[in-house]
Amino acid sequence: MIDTLRLTAEEATELLERKEVSAAELHAAYREAIDERDPELHAYLCIVDEPEGEGVPIALKDVISTKGVETTAASKILAGYKPVFDSTVAARCKDAGLPLLGKTNLDEFAMGSSTENSAFGPTRNPWDPSRVPGGSSGGSTAAVAAGLAPWALGSDTGGSIKQPAALCGVVGLRPTYGTVSRYGIVAFASSLDQVGPVAKTVRDCALLHRTIAGRDPLDSTTVDLPEPIEVPEAEDLKGLRVGVPVELNEADGIEPGVAESVSRTIDLVRELGAEVGECHLPRSVAFGLPCYYLIAPSEASSNLARYDGVRYGLRVEADDVRTMYERTRREGFGDEPKRRIMLGTYALSAGYYEAFYGQAQKVRTVIRDEHAAAFESFDVLVSPTSPTVAFELGARTADPLAMYAADVLTIPSNMAGLPGLSIPCGLSEGLPVGFQLIGRQFSENLLFRAGHALERALDFDFVPERLK
Amino acid sequence: MSWEPVIGLEIHVHLKTRTKMFCRCPVLYVETPNTQTCPVCLAHPGALPVPNEKAVEWTILLGHALGCEVPDRAIFHRKNYFYPDNPKGYQISQYDSPLCVNGRFVVPGPDGDAVVGIERAHLEEDAAKTIHVGGAEGRIHGADRSLIDFNRAGTPLVEIVSAPDIRSADDAKRFLQLLRQTVVELGISDAEMEKGSLRFDVNVSVRPAGTDELRTRTELKNMNSFNFAAKGIEREVRRQIEIYESGGQVEQETLHFGSESAPPLRSKEEAQDYRYFPEPDLVPLEPDRDLVERLRTKLPEAPAARIRRLEQEVGFALAEGLVTSGRDELYSRIPGERAAVANVVMNELAATGVDPARVNAEELAKVIERRTEIPRSAFTDALAASGSPDFSADRYLAEAAIVDVSELDPVIERILSENESQAEAYRGGKEGLLGFFVGQVMKETGGKANPKVVSDRLREKLEA
Repeated sequence: MIDTLRLTAEEATELLERKEVSAAELHAAYREAIDERDPELHAYLCIVDEPEGEGVPIALKDVISTKGVETTAASKILAGYKPVFDSTVAARCKDAGLPLLGKTNLDEFAMGSSTENSAFGPTRNPWDPSRVPGGSSGGSTAAVAAGLAPWALGSDTGGSIKQPAALCGVVGLRPTYGTVSRYGIVAFASSLDQVGPVAKTVRDCALLHRTIAGRDPLDSTTVDLPEPIEVPEAEDLKGLRVGVPVELNEADGIEPGVAESVSRTIDLVRELGAEVGECHLPRSVAFGLPCYYLIAPSEASSNLARYDGVRYGLRVEADDVRTMYERTRREGFGDEPKRRIMLGTYALSAGYYEAFYGQAQKVRTVIRDEHAAAFESFDVLVSPTSPTVAFELGARTADPLAMYAADVLTIPSNMAGLPGLSIPCGLSEGLPVGFQLIGRQFSENLLFRAGHALERALDFDFVPERLK
Repeated sequence: MSWEPVIGLEIHVHLKTRTKMFCRCPVLYVETPNTQTCPVCLAHPGALPVPNEKAVEWTILLGHALGCEVPDRAIFHRKNYFYPDNPKGYQISQYDSPLCVNGRFVVPGPDGDAVVGIERAHLEEDAAKTIHVGGAEGRIHGADRSLIDFNRAGTPLVEIVSAPDIRSADDAKRFLQLLRQTVVELGISDAEMEKGSLRFDVNVSVRPAGTDELRTRTELKNMNSFNFAAKGIEREVRRQIEIYESGGQVEQETLHFGSESAPPLRSKEEAQDYRYFPEPDLVPLEPDRDLVERLRTKLPEAPAARIRRLEQEVGFALAEGLVTSGRDELYSRIPGERAAVANVVMNELAATGVDPARVNAEELAKVIERRTEIPRSAFTDALAASGSPDFSADRYLAEAAIVDVSELDPVIERILSENESQAEAYRGGKEGLLGFFVGQVMKETGGKANPKVVSDRLREKLEA
């Protein structure tokens, strides 16, 4: 009997290698779990019936193009769209023999922090179905937390892997910008989008990251990894210099339970042998969010222009092309994409470009420099991943600014292109709290080592209480 | 008051790279619609551009030929607009950091050089082709339906923008001819207007001669030949002068030329806001400096320099004609009297359509040298055959020409004795009869005699 709630991908690999279970049996176990729990959670948008591959199955966020398998970005405008090609990450998973379980739910075009913006209905948090799983990769993190997939891929623009990983009590990595191919990923904000792994353990995360990372000739913004990805073994944090950015740890809106859990974890970091010191990222935290909300919508307004009803996806017929465009896009896009298209179009317009997009790009350099300065004294920076634990469905849907604030702690390092790992570090009000570790560019191996040592010491039980 | 035209050109040249600008689809114009496509040039979700290195290299090469600087860093921008031929909703182009800037292109004229500044030469991708069915004039408005062929979508295009330095329609035409020839000689484009691989727009304004003001300009679009462009510019210059002289103001507008017979359609184009921003899917281009220098050394002798060199031999008009038609290389290979060679190469030989590169110059030289001694038909036959591998002048000269007077004389004498009354009449003043005798002799010789030699000899005999 395979317990998908507990089984890690690494353990599943061992079972397969020892031939204790077959790939078909393993897959069937997850299918059974999906059939049992997904009607309540709605982590999946589409289930694959006849997957190929003899390895540990995987779920992919529905912005990841999969040849012949519907890829909708949770938008009506792409309902029924089946890509004619595999994204590079999907192809790498296929090459590694990982069978595709299905495609997971998200906020439409990855725009959101709760997975409530899906055109096909929200995903619910496995720890408490009245709450959101976070977002936008909420389908992937909920699926892993609820044992509906051993591991999954998400995508992260402003925090879309780290934040839902935190809210669902799983591990998520946002890789260094340029280390994972974006080829075939439905684009939201090209200069920020990055695909990354979601899993129950840091070691699983490293294994999956090793599968997908590396330069891709089809994505000009990717680079060669300076070193291969290693599966971490570390048991302590000796010699590690850990910075605690005051502005990230004392930001407005951090719930006391979250602060407490994070502060206990920082004590543990010290006990494991790391040197811990305070540092400051004042401008990154003050300007990160507003600049993000200029750059990401600007790029989105351009990236979403291709959904015009001409070649694929939804078309609402009309007598002339202009009206066809208008009707198609009016019916095809939900409120959040529309809001961001309008914001972005405005920010790029003649007369506003310099004040908005141009200025935001300059601030981005400031943010990068400020982080670089902090990394002169520290190897890793830590903070809560999300200011709050999972919130109730509907709690923020009427207030976009409150929703945007969910990413206030993840956005600054994202704007700097840096990698970030979120690991669960405890519970507050019975809900998981995420601990964010930020590293220098290409320091994924270091993040994995630190995360792994901490994870062992924390001994967090990733199985949601109500599913035990 | 005298007026001076102020003319600037914007030229688009298709590069004949093997594959498209940002994907691996072949650049082919002959295939059935929508067969040369892929997720990238159809803008499927998630597809990303990868720049064509050859296209970058060729643009730098062209930049050198236009005397441009090649900055250390060039950036692709997105130019955003909605149109069915623009699959991504944006065109990848270049904006404030193009590959080539600040050039200088010398255009020789009969009265000295026109030096035209080149503001920029940048690389971008072409749009798809749309065909509007039904409705009026093949325009999208009022069409029953529109068909799109994406074979052309994403093919590499260089845009060259001149400074408003051109002062006459003739100079504009010369600039275009010389630029076209430059591009062809670099081997980077067919630059054929009929195929659409060379297109251009012209900006025209006028100002009081001697001032440096820039007045409102109009844009002339879709002109399908250089001659047509020259006429269009002249007409537009006259129109603007008339407006100013009658106290009016020129309005900024676009003139769309359809066919040569119809007057251009005028439209007011609203200033479009393209919301340019740096293409985040691409990293800045930083051309390798060694490559940039190596490309500079690859440049052949500039057409302008060759015009000036040949001008010494055959005068400006022929020199310009030879160079801009790509026939000067052949001209230089053929020995003999320069003006004669130039004229034959530019006129009779050009009319045969023989590929200049295949012509056997040594043999052709013999034919040209003796062209007045052989019948017209034999001469044109020789020209037409001059490109075939076994072409030999001797055959045409031997077969055709009876040039030896000793061979002609017996025939002439027989004709004269057989037609004594006509000979008398000629000597009595009816000189028009010379033609009759020439005709008789030609008939006797089966057309192989040179009519000029025959008539000279006849006159001698008759007047002896």
